[in-house]
Amino acid sequence: MTVDSDTVRPFWVMVQKEISDHVRSWRFVILVALIVLTTSGSIYTILSVIQDNPAQLSADTTFLYLKIFTESINNLPPFITLIGFLGPLVGIALGFDAVNAERDKGTLSRVISQPIPRDYFINSKFVGALIVIFALIFALGFLVLGLGILYVGLPPAAEELLRIIAFLVFTCVYVAFWLNLGITFSIVFRQSSTSALCTLAIWLFFSVFYSMLVNFLVGATTYSNYAARTLTVMLSRISPEFLFNELTTILLTPSIRSLGGLSFEQVSGTIPSTLPLGQSMLLVWPNITALVAGTLICFGISYMLFMNQEIRA
Amino acid sequence: MSDPIIRIENLVKDYRDTRAVDHLDLEIEKGEIYGLLGPNGAGKTTVILTLLGLTEPTAGRVTVKGYNATSEPIRVKTVTSYLPDEVGFSGSSTGLESLVYTAMLNRVPREEAIESAKELLDIVGLGAVGDQKTKTYSKGMIQRLGLADVLITEPEIIVLDEPTIGIDPKGINEFLDMIRSWSKEQGITVLLCSHLLHQVQKICDRVGILVEGQLLAEGDIHELADELFGDREASITAEVDPVTDSLIRELKQTESIRTVERDGETIRIRGKREAAPLISQTIVRNGGDLYRLSYKEYGLDEIYQYYFEGGGVKQ
Repeated sequence: MTVDSDTVRPFWVMVQKEISDHVRSWRFVILVALIVLTTSGSIYTILSVIQDNPAQLSADTTFLYLKIFTESINNLPPFITLIGFLGPLVGIALGFDAVNAERDKGTLSRVISQPIPRDYFINSKFVGALIVIFALIFALGFLVLGLGILYVGLPPAAEELLRIIAFLVFTCVYVAFWLNLGITFSIVFRQSSTSALCTLAIWLFFSVFYSMLVNFLVGATTYSNYAARTLTVMLSRISPEFLFNELTTILLTPSIRSLGGLSFEQVSGTIPSTLPLGQSMLLVWPNITALVAGTLICFGISYMLFMNQEIRA
Repeated sequence: MSDPIIRIENLVKDYRDTRAVDHLDLEIEKGEIYGLLGPNGAGKTTVILTLLGLTEPTAGRVTVKGYNATSEPIRVKTVTSYLPDEVGFSGSSTGLESLVYTAMLNRVPREEAIESAKELLDIVGLGAVGDQKTKTYSKGMIQRLGLADVLITEPEIIVLDEPTIGIDPKGINEFLDMIRSWSKEQGITVLLCSHLLHQVQKICDRVGILVEGQLLAEGDIHELADELFGDREASITAEVDPVTDSLIRELKQTESIRTVERDGETIRIRGKREAAPLISQTIVRNGGDLYRLSYKEYGLDEIYQYYFEGGGVKQ
């Protein structure tokens, strides 16, 4: 098969189609509006505090730009919490009916009867949605950063910029995890409402009920404080939401030096300073690995399911 | 048979514990319109999916233009276009965009694709609505868009799965005419699957009857009738007044007549084609008045009934 230089490769044609379908869908527009509205409240409050009365901010005023993302004022949840909460919704919304809706509409068999390998279909679903997610998250993050520059009047330090970029990248990975979970369910279930409910149920379980469950379990089984704490953290880390929150908090708060408790011996003699980016990354490396692995495992499962599934309804 | 463009050899496909296709052999020549006729669940769609390499056969081999459909599906899909039953288009795109998308998946550059898409939309009679979103289309329009979608890839083989479902009778005729003329002009091979025999009868050169995954009979309509009923037997109905016993006796003695049945003033006769004039002569000779004489050869209707309503399925 000869490939003309000016023909677009079929895979990218499919990705383009995915992207335009997502961006033009009401579902996506509504989600973006929701995210912009909720985060702008929090960002606006912080920015006005920075401008008028920086003393209200907690302790040190170094890493001002990171504070825009993490600080909670007047009980408004900070940017990272909002993104941690709404990000999965974006992923789920883009993925939950990826395959079964096409099957319903009768477009699946038409598309894969074109001269393309079968996995283009599932790959383009993933890549298309991923590009949309990256564009959305980075646009949002850089908008906040830009607003920050307007209000603060100083350029962010290189370290801050790098931390923010790392934060945005891992947010994308986290959203991609939920995207892939959605895609997987969209292959397993023939009804898109079933797959939507299933993914949402898992999301709701981890973001609301799981911490309660962990507290209950720990309260029922352990006596000593130290053991209780270790067990809580251990169990919590099963939740992707907890992993993500740990990761973002550490990345955007350089003064946190450890994920768990430190013993007196470890602390004695240390200078209470902030960690460099490399060290913070080292601290959350397991979280990063786990999130990336979770994303890839979900994609792998959906890939396998799709490739082995019969096309006919 | 010289070199068939589609060759299905000893195809078997099992779904869990049901056998959808059972040792099927089928050959389709280049440029012919082949109708695969069978009731729902006979395995027609399974045959198609295997043909396109979209599902793997349990046993057997399918080759299209010399390419093995299972191991080289992309080559097969390059020369083949498929119109699935219940075809659909992404509702948020226009008809034109949908066609351009399909063309671009076949590596046609965008400008070229737009041009041929517009041409095809005119041909299938959707030229005026090409810029409307497909969710505003009626079922018949979707089906015609589906045909355009199949043709835009300039295929050598078209596979149509129940293409006329949901179209009104007038639309069906137009649709079938379009397929037939397209096939004859361009020498395109067509495999049409349907459970509606009249449509198959109307446009197909050759018909195969598929029941429970097995090909029961194959050939053109006349061959099929011969194969099933031996000599070309016809069914003749006469309305006569009065019907006398001697008339019946005389009819029974006529050589070309096989059976005679009396039902009040109606006589039902099965026999050879040349019996018809003899019957009218006999009636007149016996002093009867002939009110009506109808003559009917066996068509696919009878064949269809014969096979699908219990007939030769289980032998």
